[in-house]
Amino acid sequence: MTVQVLSVASRAFATNSHDIFNIHRHEPHNNWETEFDFTKENMAKAKEILSRYPENYQASAMIPLLDLAQQQNSGFLSLAAMNRVAEVLGVAPIRVYEVATFYTMFNRSPMGRYHVMVCGTTPCMLQGAKGIYEAVSRHLGVVYGQTTPDKLFTLSEMECMGACVNAPMIAVADYSGGVEKFTYTYYEDLTPEDVVGILEDLKAGKKPKVGSQHRHNAEPSGAVADGKWVEDSPGANITLRGPPPGPYCRSA
Amino acid sequence: MAAQAAPAPADDLIEVTVDGKPVKVPKGSNVLQACDAAGVDVPRFCYHQRLSIAGNCRMCLVEVEKSPKPVASCAMPAGPGMNIKTSTPLVKKAREGVMEFLLINHPLDCPICDQGGECDLQDQAMAFGSDRSRFTEVKRAVVDKNLGPLVKTVMTRCIHCTRCVRFAKEVAGVEDLGMTGRGRDSEIGTYVERMLTSELSANVIDLCPVGALTAKPSAFTFRNWELASTESVDVSDALGSAIRVDARGPEVFRVTPRLNDAINQEWISDKARFQVDALRLQRLSQPLVRGAGGGLEPATWPRALAAAAEGLARARGHELRGVAGRLADVESVVALKDLLNRLGLAGVDGADSVLLVGTDPRAEAPVLNARLRALALAGVPFASIGAPLDLTFPLLAAGDVVREGWNGFAVLADAAGTVGALDLGFVPGAGARGVAPRAVYLLGADDYEEGDVPADAFVVYQGHHGERGAARADVVLPGAAYTEKFGTYVNAEGRAQSTKAAVGPPGAARDDWKVLRALSEVMGAPLPYDTLAGVRARLAEVAPHLARRGALEPPLWLGADALGVGGAAGKPAADPLATRVTNFYQTDAISRASKTMARCVRARQNPVPGL
Ligand code: SF4
Ligand code: FES
Ligand code: FES
Repeated sequence: MTVQVLSVASRAFATNSHDIFNIHRHEPHNNWETEFDFTKENMAKAKEILSRYPENYQASAMIPLLDLAQQQNSGFLSLAAMNRVAEVLGVAPIRVYEVATFYTMFNRSPMGRYHVMVCGTTPCMLQGAKGIYEAVSRHLGVVYGQTTPDKLFTLSEMECMGACVNAPMIAVADYSGGVEKFTYTYYEDLTPEDVVGILEDLKAGKKPKVGSQHRHNAEPSGAVADGKWVEDSPGANITLRGPPPGPYCRSA
Repeated sequence: MAAQAAPAPADDLIEVTVDGKPVKVPKGSNVLQACDAAGVDVPRFCYHQRLSIAGNCRMCLVEVEKSPKPVASCAMPAGPGMNIKTSTPLVKKAREGVMEFLLINHPLDCPICDQGGECDLQDQAMAFGSDRSRFTEVKRAVVDKNLGPLVKTVMTRCIHCTRCVRFAKEVAGVEDLGMTGRGRDSEIGTYVERMLTSELSANVIDLCPVGALTAKPSAFTFRNWELASTESVDVSDALGSAIRVDARGPEVFRVTPRLNDAINQEWISDKARFQVDALRLQRLSQPLVRGAGGGLEPATWPRALAAAAEGLARARGHELRGVAGRLADVESVVALKDLLNRLGLAGVDGADSVLLVGTDPRAEAPVLNARLRALALAGVPFASIGAPLDLTFPLLAAGDVVREGWNGFAVLADAAGTVGALDLGFVPGAGARGVAPRAVYLLGADDYEEGDVPADAFVVYQGHHGERGAARADVVLPGAAYTEKFGTYVNAEGRAQSTKAAVGPPGAARDDWKVLRALSEVMGAPLPYDTLAGVRARLAEVAPHLARRGALEPPLWLGADALGVGGAAGKPAADPLATRVTNFYQTDAISRASKTMARCVRARQNPVPGL
């Protein structure tokens, strides 16, 4: 356990919490022999994506295609997947590696079924993100960058997802269903107790409540403080005329 | 080839002021170029005039009047009336700040760094940096990359200027290098371990402003301030790139490119740069004569010359044949030609023949290939007749290029000595065909054809490396390599250029024309010149254009009768046309003796480990 704690303390990650290197190392699950190709359906999707860009700017489709490949490949981009994207785009493979290593949402190591990402940016941090991380870490027995032995959960840290109004929050990507059933879900207004419940539900195959755990959308009705949901006293802190909309990026 | 930029007409000029001094620069120049034009030095790392603009090092910050903050001069177009200031307190502070940032993650290992002494970062830190840093955190460390046998990497020293990446992509046309990761964790590399598969790869060593990319073959063997430089000309291919030969004492330690816009711009091929280790290997340093036991035995010059004279005297007329090798300088070729003529010889066999089509410039003259690539990317159509090629740029079908009234017949000779020898008329005369020679004079010729040297012929080999020719010879006369003599070479475009002696020839070896002069004396037919100036005067007589150094001359020998193919011209060849250079790294006696080139050949067989 000491080693794990150390690895977090020194932040020995490349760009995101689960890929340690920004270079490729051959491993049994990811080497020159590993194969990847888009399925027929996904190839059609790729063609559609390509058609959105002008002839001479096909390389602009790189990020959506990498995303497609990642969803198809159980959540991570193998060398073969990146090479295939380069081939489809007609660019040198290194141009794809550059992009895939730059963006934190591209994973280059195998993922668990659920990718649990704890927001650690300032607003969430102020509202108790540390407590959320500790609860998740204690419950799953892993630290940032690690996957549980049952390959169900990979735990990562991420930066602001734009749901700060409902801080603290986590996002969970579900890579088990390929491109068709891929989901990327926010759980907001979390207390340590809430987040453990969510993980339990996911493990049991249930669907936890999406979005805020304590209010309808982001209407001013309370906030998480010291790991507890605290209701506003009636009439307090109301500054908007009507009910505000929910966070923009929330999949149901 | 690449046309010299004609001076822009007056209305295409704009006027800007740099440090109070007005200058006129062409429209489209950037602020940094305007400063250069005004003679004001602006520090820089990522900007390079032959690469695209990246604007990522920020070292070139200057102040522009009415601009609220300092501007990166390399990325800012110069506008008319701009008032640029480079010596204000703001600029000084900006440069100090950028320098401090660059040094945050740069190791302080200058004492063990091969770049030390010629490092842009070192120099600019001295000139523009602050004398202390405020950084107290831990410096990052980056994994070193294995880029093959030529480029050594110490990636922790990299400052991410991306010059190497842009060079690989834009000039070499081989997209292997890139920048992976981001922020503090960015690193330069190939992501998957692989060799840089370009024949120009080692130019990134010169481009890298720090010690991240240095020369692997010569790592830790010298300090650059110990070297004495001589400006010379490369002979590893027929392009005749401008080079600087750096030597310490009697040994050549490195070769770097010199600027020559008309020929090699500022690049040289990996072979030109790294074959020099062979100048100490396998050298012929004393005369040898085949003894009674059948082996070659060391001899004195008088004995060797006497033995050569005796053997050559046995042949009469067409029975005597001379073969000039790939590296023969014009001076020695003219001396050989004169000598053979004096001995009453009618026909002489030529140097390597010329490739009209069926050429692979990437293997034969990679720097030229980079220039062709630039033209191709600029929209000039290219085609190749012969075996299929990967030239790093697209080729069209020949029929699309050769049109009515086209103007672009391309000829590429594959060796440095070829064009010069042909210019001197060193080609087979009609009488020589069909006569088996009884004596053969090999002037550095190791690539002669078996048929030219019958088993019973007496062979004199004059050259600098012990190889096929020397092994076959009855008398070996040691000559000088291109770094050891003043020799004229004519490049593939017809430019006569001179090498200069950077070091002396080893042991008893002598300048090649002097050896021939001495031999002529012994043979009783002395040549009428005793000095280099004398030989060159004779050269000017035979081929006047050889006296006009550096000028382009249409090749004299392109007439069909000179090549003796008059009737045959236009007849389709039976064999597919292919380049004769199948192995770029080993084309002549020098490169074949080089250990570095041998390592390259091995590495190229498996450029991507595990694939
Ligand atoms: S290796 Fe050298 S040339 Fe390449 S980015 Fe780093 S500092 Fe620049
Ligand atoms: S800080 Fe966590 S979502 Fe913005
Ligand atoms: S030289 Fe201008 S930013 Fe690097």
